[in-house]
Amino acid sequence: MRWGVITFPGSLDNADTVHALAQVLGDPTVSLWHKDRNLHGVDCVVLPGGFSYGDYLRAGALARFAPVMESVVEFARAGGLVFGICNGFQVLCESGLLPGALIRNRSLSFICASIHCRVEETDTPFTRSYGQAEVLALPVKHGEGCYVADADTLLALEDNRQVILRYVDAAGRATEAANPNGSLRNIAGIVNASRNVFGLMPHPEHACEPLCGGADGLGFFRSVRASLSDGAPTRTTSVPPGL
Amino acid sequence: MTTTLPPVSEAQALDHGLTAAEFRRFCDAIGRVPNLVELGVCSVMWSEHCSYKSSRAVLRGLPTTGPRVLQGPGENAGALAIGDGLAVVFKIESHNHPSYVEPYQGAATGVGGILRDVFTMNARPIANLNSLRFGSFDHPRTRYLVSGVVSGIGGYGNCVGVPTVGGEIYFDAAYNENILVNAFTIGVARADRIFRASAAGVGNPVIYVGSKTGRDGIHGASLLASAEFDDTTEQKRPTVQVGDPFTEKLLIEACLELMEQDAVVAIQDMGAAGLTSSSVEMAARGGLGITIDLDRVPKREATLSPYEILLSESQERMLIVARAGAEDSVLAVFAKWDLDAVVIGRVTDDGFWRVSAGGQDVACLPLEPLAHGAPVYERPAAPPPTLDEMQRLDLGQLPQPGDYGQTLLRLLAVPNIASKRWVYRQYDSLVGSNTVVGPGSDAAVLRIKGTNKAVAVSVDCNSRYCLLDPYVGAMTAVVEGARNVVCSGAEPIGVSDCLNFGNPEKPEIMWQFREAVRGLGDACTALGVPIVSGNVSFYNETDGRAIPPTPTVAMVGLLADVAHHTTQWFKGDGDVVVLLGRTREELGGSEYLAVTRDLVRGTPPWIDLSVEMQVQQVCLAAIREGLVRSAHDLSEGGLAVALAEACISGPGDPLGAEIEMEADIRPDAWLFGESQSRILLSLRKKHVNRLRELARAADVPCTVVGEVRGRRLRIGNLIDVSAVDLRTAWADALAARMDE
Repeated sequence: MRWGVITFPGSLDNADTVHALAQVLGDPTVSLWHKDRNLHGVDCVVLPGGFSYGDYLRAGALARFAPVMESVVEFARAGGLVFGICNGFQVLCESGLLPGALIRNRSLSFICASIHCRVEETDTPFTRSYGQAEVLALPVKHGEGCYVADADTLLALEDNRQVILRYVDAAGRATEAANPNGSLRNIAGIVNASRNVFGLMPHPEHACEPLCGGADGLGFFRSVRASLSDGAPTRTTSVPPGL
Repeated sequence: MTTTLPPVSEAQALDHGLTAAEFRRFCDAIGRVPNLVELGVCSVMWSEHCSYKSSRAVLRGLPTTGPRVLQGPGENAGALAIGDGLAVVFKIESHNHPSYVEPYQGAATGVGGILRDVFTMNARPIANLNSLRFGSFDHPRTRYLVSGVVSGIGGYGNCVGVPTVGGEIYFDAAYNENILVNAFTIGVARADRIFRASAAGVGNPVIYVGSKTGRDGIHGASLLASAEFDDTTEQKRPTVQVGDPFTEKLLIEACLELMEQDAVVAIQDMGAAGLTSSSVEMAARGGLGITIDLDRVPKREATLSPYEILLSESQERMLIVARAGAEDSVLAVFAKWDLDAVVIGRVTDDGFWRVSAGGQDVACLPLEPLAHGAPVYERPAAPPPTLDEMQRLDLGQLPQPGDYGQTLLRLLAVPNIASKRWVYRQYDSLVGSNTVVGPGSDAAVLRIKGTNKAVAVSVDCNSRYCLLDPYVGAMTAVVEGARNVVCSGAEPIGVSDCLNFGNPEKPEIMWQFREAVRGLGDACTALGVPIVSGNVSFYNETDGRAIPPTPTVAMVGLLADVAHHTTQWFKGDGDVVVLLGRTREELGGSEYLAVTRDLVRGTPPWIDLSVEMQVQQVCLAAIREGLVRSAHDLSEGGLAVALAEACISGPGDPLGAEIEMEADIRPDAWLFGESQSRILLSLRKKHVNRLRELARAADVPCTVVGEVRGRRLRIGNLIDVSAVDLRTAWADALAARMDE
């Protein structure tokens, strides 16, 4: 398989994501440029962390207008795998590929810390390598990571099992103290209804090597690889955009 | 050579911060009276900040050479070879006055400026650190300054893709009205591809890249950085620059991409004194001349005057001398990154700095006097009259504390010792995927991708010691920095220093400065580490009250094998706890005296550089042999605080320790004294004999003091406290002080 990692102006973790995919995992990986509509035939598009366009408006609000995003939306609608990390998650929400929004942390401060997340669903192309309810140690680093959505959307997310990751304590309990940013229902990561677009606030690319931050994040990328090597992992459905 | 603008008066020169003698000197050097634009330019180039006129003569004695040195002081940053064809490029720099006047932007642009100094040499920045000094929490402005500076460092650093991995932060009433913000960046470059800021090639284009020029930061270098504070300080806010980290990120990528090509002859950040100093310094280093057409400079407002354009310190701008014919490839790279890039001048051979606007010459000055003509002052120096009194300390008059455990808990909760997590959790310490040891241990450790190596970095200074004895205090800053990187598994290889002092025109300040520089030099010489970059910040005074001398030392160490990286916290029950070095009855200048007796007195701890070297070498040898599970430098709060930190500062649940050793000197000095050249190790039982052998061979005292065990820290019959209580006292104290 071939990974594509987008560079927006202001992307910061793009090189780290390429490092994790190409050097640690050893997969073919190409950098995609925000001005270029061509996705170069990649099998999974990663939107990396950072502050695209400086995020002086809302996080991700400008990146959705980048030429490359037209192709990403098209790719996602056709069932292609799209993986948004941190700012990438914010961009996917702003683009309407994922429901809800990410707002300022409840503390109003940027937070960089190692936290725990529980894998809620393993029947997605992004999490199939993990065990059900497996607790992962992952880093977060963001100022706007508080996931919010209206009550109906939240209910739909739960009913459709679209909540993929939740902030928990080391013992796996989704407590308020374990929630680093005030996200509703301790949501750390979700998929769309078709389960081919994934966004999460923690940074799996910074948890791929025991020397630097542990290796609990590798499973997300291994899952994608396994899904793609099984053949077409995704379905196109008629679910309205945005859910 | 002259211009069409009228000459200035001596009164105008004095308003610009020049002395009458300096003004006459400049007129003599250029053979006429300058116009207003030229005076403005002279006032910044000859300011203390840019010319080092008070420090230059003293700094000459510092050790700056060595087999690893690729670039010593005098360039944008220093560079050391680390093997594998690579170099580390690093520098520390002050941004004190701007951060006091406008804490968020002052600190943010401090980070931006030091980043540019490093990537301008074609090094990719891999880490930021900072050294911060604030006033007491009793001062009404302190919380505002702390929160502004910390969010400024985070707001800028988090947006540029460079991790902030460590630093130090101290609180002392002596900084109430003059905080210190020293920012450090380290980058990695190919040793054979380091770019310098020396113009060459007559006819080569001079290219302006980055942000447009605005009115911010005018006279930052001359009026803000080179003068004391007084009641007009608030009015100096317009001299503070405003940062845009998004543009900085684009500038980093564009410059590094450009330097992969063969287009750049010289490149320099437009830092202090902006377009003026960058063009003057590049042309002067090359022994050439330069022309600049201000009409071509990208501007935020069309109405900017030549004076404003030349003296603006707008951020995120660089000046490049390119190879003739390579203009298009330079412009193409910056167009790709949506940044301005404009040819604004040419390199000439006439030795003149010639600036035009609207078709007229507005400045035409010989480069040599502008760049190097500032006077070099040998200012008088004399010890402060209060020194003898301050150094007097009669321990016999001091009773022992009633409860040593309570004293330990109290020390752990003071802001100078408490966990700095509240601060560093606001910084991205991970981006770059190199962070092996992040904030919260003795030094940060970053791997060098593509090699087996890593670098360790620590910034240190105990300014209380420096106040009581600047020579010993500065030596201590060096050896403590070295000890911190050694405890992390690295061999110290080089230093960048940031010398923060009061008004050098006062003899006692000049004495402090001379003594501190002598201490830095002696310690660096003994340790064999060159000083390759740095900065001097004078005039850290408000209404005549100077800060304590604060020579901050950024120590860089190299790990030949990243597997040797070591952290300060205990790893598990059953490990043996060993103290390297000797504990003396020393309490002068200690945190213990300051906290429990409100005393800053006595002489700082005794230091013997050869003993220090031996202790460090034993520690490093033991780490490299794989004997060591944890290593922690003893500093503020002494043995008891170091033991407590080893129990509680790790990522897991707090651990306990049983310390059987008995005090052989007065107990408070034994527990809380800050004797130098000591390191606390923990190791498996089976390795203790080998450690003893290493220590014996080097004649280093090596004492088994106890064992990691249980969930309480028990130190002889003096202290018995639960590890959870220790952690609670230490972990949340700073956040609690900020919330008060």
